Amino acid sequence: MTSLPAQPSKKKLGLVVDLDICVGCHACSVNCKEWNTGGHSAPLTDQDAYGANPIGVWFNRVHSYEIVQDTGKSWTVNFPKSCLHCEDAPCVPVCPTGASYKRSEDGIVLINGDYCIGCKLCSWACPYGAREFDEDAGIMKKCTLCIDKIYNENLEPQYRVPSCVSTCPAGARSFGDLGDENSDVSKLVKARGGYDLMPEQGTKPTNKYLPPRPRNAENDANGQQAKLDSVDTSGANVIARWVDKVLSR
Amino acid sequence: MHPAKSVIAFTTATGAGYGLLIFMIALNMAGLLPSDATFALLGFGLAFAMISAGLMASTFHLGHPERAWRALTQWRSSWLSREGVMAIFAYGPTGLYGLVWYMSPETLATPLMMAVGLVGIVSCLITVYCTSMIYASLKAIFSWANSWVPASYLVLSLMTGALLCDLFAYAFGFSTTVLDIAVLVLLAAGLLVKLGYWKYVAQTVNPTTPETAIGLPTAQGGKVRVLESSHTEDNYLLKEMGFAVARKHAAKLRMIAIVAGFVAPVFLVWCSSILSDSIAVYPLYSAVFVCAVGIVVERWLFFAEAKHAVMMYYGENS
Amino acid sequence: MTGFFALGEEKADTSPKVSDEVKTTTCYMCACRCGIRVHLRDGKVRYIEGNPDHPVNKGILCAKGSAGIMQVNSPSRLRKPLLRTGERGSGEFKEIEWEEALSLATEWLGDIRKTDPKKLAFFTGRDQSQSLTGWWAKQFGTMNFAAHGGFCSVNMAAAGLYTIGGSFWEFGEPDWDLTKYFMMFGVAEDHDSNPIKAGIGRLKTRGDAKFVSINPVRTGYSAVADEWVGVRPGTDGLFVFALLHELLKAEKIDFDYLVRYTNAHWLVIDDEGAADHGLFARDKDGNPLCYDGKTKALGDASSADVSPVLAGEYTLEDGRKAVPAFNLMAARYMDEAYNPDTVAATIGIEPATIRRIAAELAEAAFDKEIVLDVEWTDWAGRKQDKMIGRPVAMHAMRGISAHSNGFHTCRGIHLLQMILGTIDVPGGFRHKPPFPRPCPPGPKPAGHTIAPNQPIDGMPLGFPTEPADLLVNKDGSPKRVDKAYSWEFPLSSHGMMHMAIHNAWKGDPYHVDVLFMYMANMSWNSTMNTSGTIKYLTDKNEDGEYKIPKIIYSDAYHSEMVNYSDLILPDTTYLERWDCISLLDRPISSAHGPADSIRQPVIKPDRDVRPFQEVLLDLGVRLGLPGIANEDGTAKYPGGYPDYIANHERMPGVGPLAGWRGIDGDQHGKGDANPKQLEKYIENGCFWSEAFTPEQSYYKHANQSYLNKAHAMGWIPNNKPIVMQIYSEIMQKFRLAAEGHGDIQPPERDRQRVKEYFDPLPMWYAPLEDETLDKKEYPLHALTQRPMHMYHSWGSQNAWLRQITAQNRMFMHSSKAEELNLVDDDWIWVTSHHGKVRCQVKTVEGVNPDTIWTWNAIGKKRGNWGLDKDAPESNKGFLLNHVISELLPAKGEKHRYSNSDPVTGQAAWFDLRVRVDKCTEAEAAENVTWPLFDVTPPLPNMAPSPKTVRYGEDFKSEEHSGKSGGTHMEWVGNRHENATSGTGVRDGYRNSLKEEDK
Ligand SMILES: Nc1nc2c(c(=O)[nH]1)N[C@H]1C(S)=C(S)[C@@H](COP(=O)(O)OP(=O)(O)OC[C@H]3O[C@@H](n4cnc5c(=O)[nH]c(N)nc54)[C@H](O)[C@@H]3O)O[C@H]1N2
Ligand SMILES: Nc1nc2c(c(=O)[nH]1)N[C@H]1C(S)=C(S)[C@@H](COP(=O)(O)OP(=O)(O)OC[C@H]3O[C@@H](n4cnc5c(=O)[nH]c(N)nc54)[C@H](O)[C@@H]3O)O[C@H]1N2
Ligand code: SF4
Ligand code: SF4
Ligand code: SF4
Ligand code: SF4
Ligand code: SF4
Ligand SMILES: [Mo]
Repeated sequence: MTSLPAQPSKKKLGLVVDLDICVGCHACSVNCKEWNTGGHSAPLTDQDAYGANPIGVWFNRVHSYEIVQDTGKSWTVNFPKSCLHCEDAPCVPVCPTGASYKRSEDGIVLINGDYCIGCKLCSWACPYGAREFDEDAGIMKKCTLCIDKIYNENLEPQYRVPSCVSTCPAGARSFGDLGDENSDVSKLVKARGGYDLMPEQGTKPTNKYLPPRPRNAENDANGQQAKLDSVDTSGANVIARWVDKVLSR
Repeated sequence: MHPAKSVIAFTTATGAGYGLLIFMIALNMAGLLPSDATFALLGFGLAFAMISAGLMASTFHLGHPERAWRALTQWRSSWLSREGVMAIFAYGPTGLYGLVWYMSPETLATPLMMAVGLVGIVSCLITVYCTSMIYASLKAIFSWANSWVPASYLVLSLMTGALLCDLFAYAFGFSTTVLDIAVLVLLAAGLLVKLGYWKYVAQTVNPTTPETAIGLPTAQGGKVRVLESSHTEDNYLLKEMGFAVARKHAAKLRMIAIVAGFVAPVFLVWCSSILSDSIAVYPLYSAVFVCAVGIVVERWLFFAEAKHAVMMYYGENS
Repeated sequence: MTGFFALGEEKADTSPKVSDEVKTTTCYMCACRCGIRVHLRDGKVRYIEGNPDHPVNKGILCAKGSAGIMQVNSPSRLRKPLLRTGERGSGEFKEIEWEEALSLATEWLGDIRKTDPKKLAFFTGRDQSQSLTGWWAKQFGTMNFAAHGGFCSVNMAAAGLYTIGGSFWEFGEPDWDLTKYFMMFGVAEDHDSNPIKAGIGRLKTRGDAKFVSINPVRTGYSAVADEWVGVRPGTDGLFVFALLHELLKAEKIDFDYLVRYTNAHWLVIDDEGAADHGLFARDKDGNPLCYDGKTKALGDASSADVSPVLAGEYTLEDGRKAVPAFNLMAARYMDEAYNPDTVAATIGIEPATIRRIAAELAEAAFDKEIVLDVEWTDWAGRKQDKMIGRPVAMHAMRGISAHSNGFHTCRGIHLLQMILGTIDVPGGFRHKPPFPRPCPPGPKPAGHTIAPNQPIDGMPLGFPTEPADLLVNKDGSPKRVDKAYSWEFPLSSHGMMHMAIHNAWKGDPYHVDVLFMYMANMSWNSTMNTSGTIKYLTDKNEDGEYKIPKIIYSDAYHSEMVNYSDLILPDTTYLERWDCISLLDRPISSAHGPADSIRQPVIKPDRDVRPFQEVLLDLGVRLGLPGIANEDGTAKYPGGYPDYIANHERMPGVGPLAGWRGIDGDQHGKGDANPKQLEKYIENGCFWSEAFTPEQSYYKHANQSYLNKAHAMGWIPNNKPIVMQIYSEIMQKFRLAAEGHGDIQPPERDRQRVKEYFDPLPMWYAPLEDETLDKKEYPLHALTQRPMHMYHSWGSQNAWLRQITAQNRMFMHSSKAEELNLVDDDWIWVTSHHGKVRCQVKTVEGVNPDTIWTWNAIGKKRGNWGLDKDAPESNKGFLLNHVISELLPAKGEKHRYSNSDPVTGQAAWFDLRVRVDKCTEAEAAENVTWPLFDVTPPLPNMAPSPKTVRYGEDFKSEEHSGKSGGTHMEWVGNRHENATSGTGVRDGYRNSLKEEDK
């Protein structure tokens, strides 16, 4: 139903994205599309697929940014984004039909395509742009957290993982119960200072992002750059030292 | 936000329709409008036509209009659902009041009908409030999530309704100073609410920024620039939320909204109030017309100027 | 699911049916060749995922691989053989039957074979069946064969194979598990797409290593590097030499490693002017000599018992002087010419950065030495109780390769690795079997003589070691049409496909009759000078005959190259055919052990297409090629390609596949053919792999156990140690010839060039294009990078991938843009000495300020690839290739050399220099790229591309499975590494916990 579950579910399934190692390869986006175009919200329609203005439905998109400091120093981050399965998901209560709902058992936010009237309001309510309208089907679609994969009894247990997670070449994506503070993903989030996107929106996202680790510093603590000491300033002298150096094979 | 025609039509037409209903009923209850059957037929007819057309328009952009009835089920949480429920509910008392006015005006003065009228007025107000809350409840759209939005929807609904009512009153020779004054006051109020809204939006800082969107640089004090967007071509998000009006363009349109929506109608209403009864209606026609233009522009701007938080991911600044 | 009027919360079906069947095969959305599991439903592909058991990708799958569904359903798939009806280039064809197509090809080819087989130029592109295609060319009798390596990365391959017996490219990999310092030169994506990503992810997650990326551009891998060094293109050689300078001067050298595993101590004859000057001094048995510091006498440098000295000048028996190679090397790089202060400005970085990185390298190699408690026996039979690791790993690719100084720069990097003692040691760079091989491996290029109806005497491609191995005529002119193995490009061991069309058109050195190409879009993105190449392909003689008379081409899709061909042999897609990824070709092995694999057909073609390999064998039978046809003209492999894969033997016991050989399938590596071999592969997930024992895992060049195994497997001719070459005698031999020694000498025109560039020690020179150009006129460097989600030109026909990138911009540093008064999306002209192209600009911070770059191969010709004529790919997207010339700028003299490395013939794509000008308002208003080509008409019977793609709608089950749902799995990315560096996360196998850990 459209009201959020009265009690937040204890189980909070979600994703953790490690921005330290995401190389921005788009594998997660495409594998997501591949699984889901035949899954719960099938199809993920592509309009004008070979034309001048191709527009398709995607549940996961990878952006890249440059962060520029006032000092002029800058760095690049690759940034994948899909539904964050928010605890206070604003996309749910706005839905007039009950199509948009948050599962009480695991917190997954889903759309019931049979109810959706395609009013788009939920996509307006989501600050993250996690919902996409399928113009052709006339309904809203979004990341299902691979609900039809992670519990699927037709798959062996090792494959019951969201597509974007198992496919990620860099290992930048993790999946698990973020409601259980003893779960491995929760520990990972804790150890790495995982954070929320747009915390000021009050959505309490389940998904977490891990910030880039401190980069192996270029300078030592004193701001000095390390260098080697030459054994002699003259190259010829250096070579001369080696004439007496007897080595063994 | 993409200013969809259907949504502009929906909000402006239903707003004016409910406003008209409110004034018809209220003035009639106050004895300021005579119980003329044709007058009732036309007044209520127009109001219901505008409301129904607006509601119909709002279903045009639905992906599945045939399922629209489902939109009535989630009134516990959804302002859109509440709006739908209230809109349907409001047909009851207002329709009954109108019908009685048309068929047996004399019964209107009974306490029962007075109660029906009152319920009608309140349900119209609530409906308009619900409409406004559809937008005002969306935190993701910073310029909407504030109480200036319900205030302006309510005031503009009353304002446009009163103006229409005034036109009818003049056309039928039922003009009253009270209504003239109400129209002028509402036009002034409308202008103030709108200016207040714009000032509020200009002065309040959106806490959501590209930096909070990505969540990284806040600690390090950097600015975020887009290196590459997720897709080089368009997508739903950009089409729906990526609409942007140039600042210069927006300023011009605001002037048009102010002049056409408020200032010119004030002048024209004032004109008709000083003109002889036989010709007083003409400036009012013009007033309704320019006001309609102004309000449509105002509503277009309401959508077009609104920035959705998702655009932070696409390189827009707060 | 729910009735129209039903209310209440959806009960999402968590266990819908996924597929009828899962088949394994090998991905071919790129050349990385990952193992995949293809879920099939009603004969259609439901889902493709990585095969967790596969040694290459271990379950991961990249964006391209994940888009396989849209590849095998591409509307641009060819449907039937085609014969050109209109003018070449008009794109007009008629469909013909296979019989007609094959007869025609047989006629064309048969005529040539009977007269002059070299008039067939057979060039193949991105295929992985070079061991078949090369062998076919040999049997046909032409030496004019090559695959695409000459324009791709031969600099890496050749520099590596001539120096360390293996190479970066895809023949080696960093020791991801143990390295502490990883330097990556000029890589945006790599051939090892998935393993690199996995490796970087794991290495960074481990947290105890530093990752430095040297690249003018900061995206992708460079974005996650600990440090990005934004060098000026083409200057890495200087950077590396400056590092060497610092390391040598500080004596941060692994002396022991050098004398044990390289030729550092070998004595080089110092007798200026003599015919053997610069060659190694040898004893009468041909053993190299060194100076033994213990006996104070000359000794056999290859013996285990000498005690070599690395410096000094020594007298040979004949009284001449000789100097250890190391001494020559050290003297060169310790010269002030390579002082960081001297070179930093050219490289575009601070001298202090170079010094710091040198210090960090030394620290990682020597202070963070790794010791593995693994006993092993060295080549001399000496037991070692541990394995020492210097945990510095390097990897380099086309940022080094695609420059005309790339061979030497790559050798420089290998030298740096050798100095630090990091090759094939724990934490260093590791060879993948069958490498290492002798430097260089055999054989030599064949095709010195060509005779009608005769095979040539060996495989066309090989590794020359002296001037006599060149394929040149008496007058020194090239024998091959692409001029590979000529004095212009002596060590072009992958051929020079990028020159084949130009040379065949020009008749320099001669014209050919048939150009036969396979899987290479040579009229478009894989050629330099695209417009010029289109002209070469369509140009006619006065008599109206095309300058290149006949062009046969096999593609699977409606690529640009189809437009310019006469006879099209339509291929299957990768899920519709057998393929063989062989150790004889480009192996998929990892450092952990050898591997090879197959593709099996998992879906049936719905068109009249045939696998190219089948077609090639069929043509071989029709032409009566030995080895393919029996004496009586019947097919040797009547079962077609799968028959060939299982039963062909290249040498006794060695066939295309190494696994499950022998009649019982119990032999690996060598063994009789096994008719049931393919079944065994399929049972095993379509691959074979074997793990080395710990003792075989490192020091493979000198490790007895490994060398014995490699010899037994047929990878190396004997089990002698492989000696790495800091000093290349082979290079010196060519130089000596140029200096006037020996019978075979370069023609005058090439003499100086050979002399200059055949330096036995790595050298640096400015990219050749720079020499003649006014740098003020062309102040900027222009580069391309591969998008991780696109494979060259194939990607754009893919409805999913093209949405990610359907047009490309020119990325430019914001400061440069400001200088040129440009803002995002402005239209600009990019002009080189050769031509110009119009495109749009995007400003960025992460790029060397003197460099602009764009994504590779996004631009398309209008109407090809099933795309709309207004598609952004053709109207806004562009190829940088338009401004890259295949020839160097004219320098006065008439002859123009190819724009290639003078040693290897590697195409110098990245030497490009340009100028940028803002378009006028009128030009910008056109809002299209330039040059803009005519619209290619659709092929006969090709259905219009669908407007709306609803792939998967029929997979949605109407019925709820009724199953309540199994338990989900927790998955922590890089679980193992997170377990050791994060707090609390449990270690585990891959991503599930081992039973005993639960
Ligand atoms: N500017 C610039 N240009 C470059 C480079 C660069 O860095 N910058 N890189 C160069 C390099 S290294 C390379 S390797 C080349 C690559 O360039 P190409 O070798 O031209 O590679 P593709 O574009 O992949 O084209 C291969 C052709 O194979 C076809 N094909 C795909 N699958 C099959 C199949 O299953 N069977 C058959 N028969 N055909 C198939 C495709 O349709 C396509 O026409 O580009 C080169 N060009
Ligand atoms: N997704 C995808 N994967 C592919 C391919 C593909 O098309 N798409 N193609 C395959 C093929 S054929 C090949 S050859 C490989 C190539 O794989 P890569 O070697 O990764 O090829 P490029 O994308 O050309 O990347 C060259 C890199 O070198 C940098 N560079 C250019 N000049 C210099 C320089 O002077 N110094 C340094 N240090 N860096 C420099 C460029 O900025 C760029 O980052 O990729 C293979 N894998
Ligand atoms: S698959 Fe992994 S590395 Fe690639 S973009 Fe997605 S999260 Fe980043
Ligand atoms: S990310 Fe958006 S769609 Fe997903 S739960 Fe949060 S608000 Fe809803
Ligand atoms: S689009 Fe569908 S899911 Fe979203 S609010 Fe409207 S009815 Fe609900
Ligand atoms: S969890 Fe599944 S649906 Fe969600 S982004 Fe990942 S792959 Fe897509
Ligand atoms: S890297 Fe990607 S495209 Fe290449 S073989 Fe592997 S999965 Fe396929
Ligand atoms: Mo390549």
